[in-house]
Amino acid sequence: MYELQYSKPSSVNDAVAEIKKSSDSKFLAGGMTLIPTLKARLSSADTLVDLKGANLSKISVSSSEITIGSMTRHCDVASSNDVKGSLPALAKLAGGIGDHMVRSCGTIGGSLANNDPAACYPSAALALDTTIVTNERSISAEDFFVGMFETALNENEIITEVKFQIPEKASYIKFPNPASRYAMVGVFVAKKASGVTVAVTGAGENGVFRCSEIEIALNSNFSTESLENIDISPDSLNSDIHASAAYRANLIKEMAKRALQEMI
Amino acid sequence: MPDGGSTGIGVSVKRKEDYRFLVGEGNYTDDINRPNQTHTYMLRSSSAHAKFSIDTSKASKAKGVVKIFVGTDMEVGSIPCGWQVDSKDGTPMREPAHPPIAKDKVRYVGEIIAVIIAESLEDAKNAAELIDVNYNDIPVIIDMQDALDNSKGLVHDEIESNVCYDWELGDSEAVDKAISEAAHITSLDIRNNRLIPNAMETRSAIGDYEHATGQYTLYTTSQNPHVIRLLMGAFVLGLPEHKLRVIAPDVGGGFGSKIFHYAEEAIVTWASNKIRRPVKWTSDRSEAFISDAHGRDHVTSVKLALDKDGKFLALKVDTLANMGAYLSTFASSVPTYLYATLLAGTYTTPAIHCNVKSIFTNTVPVDAYRGAGRPEATYLIERIVDKAAREMGISQVEIRRKNFIPVDAFPYQTPVALQYDSGNYNATLDAALKKADYEGFAARKADSVKRGMLRGIGFSTYLEACGIAPSAVVGSLGARAGLFECAEVRVHPTGSVTVFTGSHSHGQGHETTFAQLVSEKLGISTDMVEISHGDTNNIPFGMGTYGSRSLAVGGEAIVKAMDKVIAKAKKIAAHVMEASADDIELNNGNFEIAGTDKSMSLADISLAAYVPHNYPHEELEPGLDEKAFYDPLNFTYPGGCHICEVEINPNTGEVKVEGMTAVDDVGKVINPMIVEGQIHGGLAQGIGQALLENAAYDSNGQLLSGSYMDYAMPRADNFVDFKVGNEVTLCTHNSLGVKGCGEVGAIGSPPAVINAVVDALSELGVEDISMPATSEKVWNAINQAKNKN
Repeated sequence: MYELQYSKPSSVNDAVAEIKKSSDSKFLAGGMTLIPTLKARLSSADTLVDLKGANLSKISVSSSEITIGSMTRHCDVASSNDVKGSLPALAKLAGGIGDHMVRSCGTIGGSLANNDPAACYPSAALALDTTIVTNERSISAEDFFVGMFETALNENEIITEVKFQIPEKASYIKFPNPASRYAMVGVFVAKKASGVTVAVTGAGENGVFRCSEIEIALNSNFSTESLENIDISPDSLNSDIHASAAYRANLIKEMAKRALQEMI
Repeated sequence: MPDGGSTGIGVSVKRKEDYRFLVGEGNYTDDINRPNQTHTYMLRSSSAHAKFSIDTSKASKAKGVVKIFVGTDMEVGSIPCGWQVDSKDGTPMREPAHPPIAKDKVRYVGEIIAVIIAESLEDAKNAAELIDVNYNDIPVIIDMQDALDNSKGLVHDEIESNVCYDWELGDSEAVDKAISEAAHITSLDIRNNRLIPNAMETRSAIGDYEHATGQYTLYTTSQNPHVIRLLMGAFVLGLPEHKLRVIAPDVGGGFGSKIFHYAEEAIVTWASNKIRRPVKWTSDRSEAFISDAHGRDHVTSVKLALDKDGKFLALKVDTLANMGAYLSTFASSVPTYLYATLLAGTYTTPAIHCNVKSIFTNTVPVDAYRGAGRPEATYLIERIVDKAAREMGISQVEIRRKNFIPVDAFPYQTPVALQYDSGNYNATLDAALKKADYEGFAARKADSVKRGMLRGIGFSTYLEACGIAPSAVVGSLGARAGLFECAEVRVHPTGSVTVFTGSHSHGQGHETTFAQLVSEKLGISTDMVEISHGDTNNIPFGMGTYGSRSLAVGGEAIVKAMDKVIAKAKKIAAHVMEASADDIELNNGNFEIAGTDKSMSLADISLAAYVPHNYPHEELEPGLDEKAFYDPLNFTYPGGCHICEVEINPNTGEVKVEGMTAVDDVGKVINPMIVEGQIHGGLAQGIGQALLENAAYDSNGQLLSGSYMDYAMPRADNFVDFKVGNEVTLCTHNSLGVKGCGEVGAIGSPPAVINAVVDALSELGVEDISMPATSEKVWNAINQAKNKN
């Protein structure tokens, strides 16, 4: 790790003021990606501005919406009775991220802001008409995810909370990469009054995406049978030493089927 | 009243060493810091094959830098290979120079090109970024077939070929004749995937030169400190033994990867003299992936000839074995003497021939990894036996029984040099079939089918040769060292015991198992016994820990030393009690005069030996401290049966291990719990190789699986509860009757797993699947089979 300064401001405003002091400072959320990257000298910072003290960890639920503070850890989402009660698929998703240590440090805001193409949370955000609230504005999930490791966040903009719309039913199924246990393919299916949305992580060349083939099939007939004959195109899916695009295309369909089996 | 019975042989004594590990008070190399110590960063090549030039002038002036060395600064001997293999035409293997720091050409990504020594590791890393390296890339040789065609480039220009040796074992004529006349021939092409050892503790080394005495000390993560002292002292740095002390303190796993003498050890030792300060280096995990010797990496064609009844007539094996860019310490012996000699397996195959070409490529050096050669041999035997059975319509169990070496045939001379001393392969097979509930398999399969799943069962009735080894034999096979072991048993004045052993412990539990030997033999509790290892200044001599040799060779040396202790103790007791030494009997730790109630405890005798007021000075020296060297007469031959059951999801190709049974014959068991732990660990690595692990290079020689993000280590949820058992036949040539258990899990299990996968897919017409059997590979095989049908 290159030498760096560390600060832990006690509010979002102070955090923004702190980060503006130098051109190469970085926000630190849970650090589950940033710290290893820093340790490997693949990244550097003048100052790490730790958001842990900025009072951004909370979970609240209304009849239509779950609001989760950006610094809420995966383990807190996974074990929250509110989340388990109103949106169990999200609790399950959070409980399946990384390992015990990652879940005890990693945060929802950090995960969304990093937009790792194999991260789990982006699929839930995209499938659930989510609003990502920052210190500057509100951004719809659709606009938020721009590309691999890229989001609509401006420089120095901080996610403060994430508002998920509660669907009628939802399910998230992950096919983990055997090495990293990130999603090789993760499929989030949400059934809402307005229709079915299906978001896929781990597979797309540009990160998380909505899978229209499956959405069309399920909107006409919400059953596993309706998925039997659809064909997912491998175009614009990832290929790497773990899985070809064609295999990922197959996994999207198979994980969607498993999600449906959970929901029906 | 001393009582060793409760901690003697056959008792699952809890591991004495675990407390210090569990409370975080182990003493590993990186825990050690010497006064005035410096820190080292090894700058490693990012190119797989290049001529290079290097400019360190800017870096040398950076903050905290003490000294930077490049290859031309370090004019020392070549890092040696410990085993000479001659080609079949009689020429010795090609042995290219292996400088600790590359001089003008790099041959793999990870090779050291500069050594930056600084006040702190961060200073060293910062300085390394200021070093200018100019790589002039040369075409990269990754594939062994490409390497064979020398016209595509040479890894080492000076040896004029990429082939290290072209070696053979066995009767080629007899094999060809049998194949030409056989009723059935089964053929198979196999790749034994390259693995990265991944010991929990990464390598580390501290060189500490004491100017006033001229004494060097090397602290290092080694499985065999005396071997490092010999290889580094005699061949690389020219340091005599009496001026070089090597300490391997607590070591966190090795699996073979810490046998070898590595460049970093020589560099820190040498540099500590040059800069007159201690020099420390510790590998980080990313560095370990590209600098620890890798394992396996064979490509093999195999043919099995059978008569019409399924009796094996001949086995023909052609192997290309990857050596990587340089010859590591044991590299040359792994695909030859630890491989081809095993090709009879548990079977009576009368004719066997094996040809091995070992090949240099622009990859990390390849050397012994848990099993070393024997997993590769076992894999091809057990795979082709399975395939032959399927082709001939014989059951997987029956074809094995038909060809087993029968119990009354021991000692059994194989056609590939070894003479097995004991074994009972039907016994381990029968026990495993029972443990695995083979009879219930059909019902379990029917249940899987009902759920739309495929299910398969796979067998491996393996044998291995370990307890290496008889020095005379390995010497005749090209070993440049003896492979005996040494032990010293010191009975202290008040009767407690310290054992000094050359068998280094780095996870095996020697501190417990060896103490149990003492407990059993001398009748004292293991609490009264300390096992000392890992320091060349404390231990008389040692050849180290590998090849499942610790108990069969090191343990036996301890027994020999104890025999001497007992013989002397009897004489002392006889003198003190005024009897004849012939009348003294050792019972439960008491030296008794036969037929009387007179006796002395070991503590009484040792006190008499160290306070020799009433002592037979004409006949005996004072003290009770004996040393023994032990060189066995033969290898030991553990064997057994592993049965794996898998369920496969045909829609995704996911393979789930549903059952893993291992019934092994490791000879006499000293500590059942430790043996079971060793089997579990071996099975985990075997299943890992079969389903998950793979070191993948791209065509530019970059390691694609260079971190845990991409190298799939097995985890607990990849397994099922292992069913482990043993069936004992005693080794006939050591007094304990022990064989060895460290490697059997990793040797026996991979073919059982793959045979199970193939069994599940066989109804679709799939005949082979390569390791690791990833879900995509299995899915592709299913699709291709479906498209064919």
